[in-house]
Amino acid sequence: MRLDVIIRVSIKVLLPFILMFGLYVQFHGDYGPGGGFQAGVVAAATVILYAIIFGLAPTKRIIPPLMVEIMIPLGVLIFAGVGVVGLLVGESYLNYSVLAHDQIHGQEWGIFLVEAGVFVTVAGTMVAIFYAFTGRGRS
Amino acid sequence: MIGENLPALQVILPLFGAIIAALVRRGDIAWLVTLVTGVATLMVAFALLVKVLAGGPISYEIGDWVPPIGIEYRVDVINAYVLVLVSVIAAVILPYARTSIALEIREERRAWFYTMYLLCLCGLTGITITGDAFNAFVFLEVSSLSTYTMIALGRDRRALIAAYQYLIMGTIGATFYVIGVGLLLVMTGTLNLVDLSTRLVEVESTRTVSAALAFIVVGISLKLALFPLHVWLPNAYAYAPSVATVFLAATATKVAVYLLLRFLFSVFGAHFAFGQLVLTPMLLLLSVAAMFGASIVAAFQNNLKRMLAYSSVAQIGYVTLGIALATATGLTGGIVHLFNHAITKAALFLVLGIVFYCAATVRVEDLAGLGRRLPVTMAGFVVAGLSLIGVPGTAGFISKWYLVAAALEKGWWWLAVLVVASSLIAVIYVGRVVEVLWFRAPTETVAAVRDPPTVMVATAWLMVAATVYFGIDTNLTAGVASLAADSLLQGPQ
Amino acid sequence: MNLVQEILAHYNHWITIFLMVAGLYVVVARGNMVKKLVGLSIFQTSVYLLYLSPGKILGGTPPIIGEGYSGYANPLPHVLILTAIVVGVATLSLGLALVVRINEAYGTIEEDEIFETEEQFQPGEDE
Repeated sequence: MRLDVIIRVSIKVLLPFILMFGLYVQFHGDYGPGGGFQAGVVAAATVILYAIIFGLAPTKRIIPPLMVEIMIPLGVLIFAGVGVVGLLVGESYLNYSVLAHDQIHGQEWGIFLVEAGVFVTVAGTMVAIFYAFTGRGRS
Repeated sequence: MIGENLPALQVILPLFGAIIAALVRRGDIAWLVTLVTGVATLMVAFALLVKVLAGGPISYEIGDWVPPIGIEYRVDVINAYVLVLVSVIAAVILPYARTSIALEIREERRAWFYTMYLLCLCGLTGITITGDAFNAFVFLEVSSLSTYTMIALGRDRRALIAAYQYLIMGTIGATFYVIGVGLLLVMTGTLNLVDLSTRLVEVESTRTVSAALAFIVVGISLKLALFPLHVWLPNAYAYAPSVATVFLAATATKVAVYLLLRFLFSVFGAHFAFGQLVLTPMLLLLSVAAMFGASIVAAFQNNLKRMLAYSSVAQIGYVTLGIALATATGLTGGIVHLFNHAITKAALFLVLGIVFYCAATVRVEDLAGLGRRLPVTMAGFVVAGLSLIGVPGTAGFISKWYLVAAALEKGWWWLAVLVVASSLIAVIYVGRVVEVLWFRAPTETVAAVRDPPTVMVATAWLMVAATVYFGIDTNLTAGVASLAADSLLQGPQ
Repeated sequence: MNLVQEILAHYNHWITIFLMVAGLYVVVARGNMVKKLVGLSIFQTSVYLLYLSPGKILGGTPPIIGEGYSGYANPLPHVLILTAIVVGVATLSLGLALVVRINEAYGTIEEDEIFETEEQFQPGEDE
């Protein structure tokens, strides 16, 4: 592992930017192409890239498998839970208009929160799949 | 507030249950979550049925988007009936599930099993309740994907192959369905089922619509295991965990039948599907082939789970026979058989789950004389078996009575004879098992079996008692079924 | 000449049909479980095309209410297909996960070889 010092250093420099780009895709999804799916995959890619360069064990110390497996249902919970707010205030399920003072802002908030849920689930799922497959055949 | 939101709750309760079951990660707690959600879902389903019977169809706008632009949940008599069926089975087998799952699935996977169980329930109720063709596809895939996972959790390595085969077949079926829906979308520009039915009238005579019908019927037929598209079913049922088998056998194919009914009668209309296109002879032929072919194959099976799986294919034949007749009596027979077959098959598979729990095998020759060792449990098998044959006094008799009556109404006495004759094959395969179980000396395996847990036997007997009860009191089943048949035959509303 | 024009005018449908049939053929004809999944994926992809191509209007604008936007493309197929793609990916990944498990259990992913070891998978045959 001594010969790949260039890769290791350059990846260390790149990783924050990749993660940042993922967040950009997430939050810019309101105005341009992007959103939770793509951002989740980009964020998961940083973890996977780290694991490829530095090995699975150090990665699992940073992002434990338990956390990843919690992320998957947690994202769905956010997604589905936002819909319940509409139900609780007496409107229909998935009615986002009630989230803010007027309909348009409410819808925007709804989409924002849903995309956050999607981000958590997709990132979690991607890393979970990666862990599941790379971990096979060793233990 | 709850009253208005019942249709949404019907789907999101199991969804939230699934999320929580995945979050808690402990098998026992996940089971508790599943039990609470299952019972709550059942109550919602009953409330919906009562509401629909009292006040007519309910429409619910998801997110307050007005249909046909938004997705509509629409409940009328027929899908309220199917919802009750699915939720009843899902809730009743849960006390049983805990013991059975504890034996058959490793601890770290149990919570995932319950997650998949609830997701499957969510998908099945979703297909049933939704009034949107594409939404139905999404729920179909939710239920299918969770089903594949449940099957793959079986202990046997053959469960993996069974799950893989089902995945391939099921995906082809779902894709066929979505192709059909796509063609309808191109022709009408709408996906709402009610809206579709009104707009289809103008373009009915086009080839695209006929092709759409063909794709949808074939696609759904794959999911409901219409002969000869049933090849995935026997392996899937035989190698899945016992609880999954009970749940799938009693609900999954039934929901697919509902979807077929919905498309044939409510969307396309009986006059188009059975009048302009000649669906009756085709469905009739396949149904009769299923009744005989699958029954005969069932009679040669050594694995009891496989035997019952083939018998399921045969029983689906009776349901599609009722659909093919497209008369009020025939449809009533088909719809009531959905329910009666669901409880009968659930009872039989529940008993087999107990057998597997006690004896760790479901091969006929290993189980000789088991009736003497576990008399209470195996008596349940005999009673439910009688219902499968259609002996008077059991639920199976009611539905076959309607089917025979419908055949005679049309003047097709030969069809009535075929229905009765195919029941005789059921006598052979049930009788063969009964003979081995009761009239042979116990083998060594049987002498060594352990006692079944009371809760499992109680659940199985509850279901067995239901097959007898619904064979005597038919107000609920046949009454609602005939209402549903009438509303279907009125066509698009 | 007319016929040729008619065929060419519907080229999107021909591509759809080709992908559909090719995918289905691969599913049926190949014994390798991964190749079957590839075929299944192609088959599903043809459906995306079936939905998307009629939604496009030549010269149509994005579906925005405002001045200068008229004759817009139908956004509905895109939403539907976005969902269908997710479903397709989920199916494919579950299928591949099953294949990995099958490979671990049997040491092969060729259907013929598996059926040789598990004879009862032959339809109708006894255990």
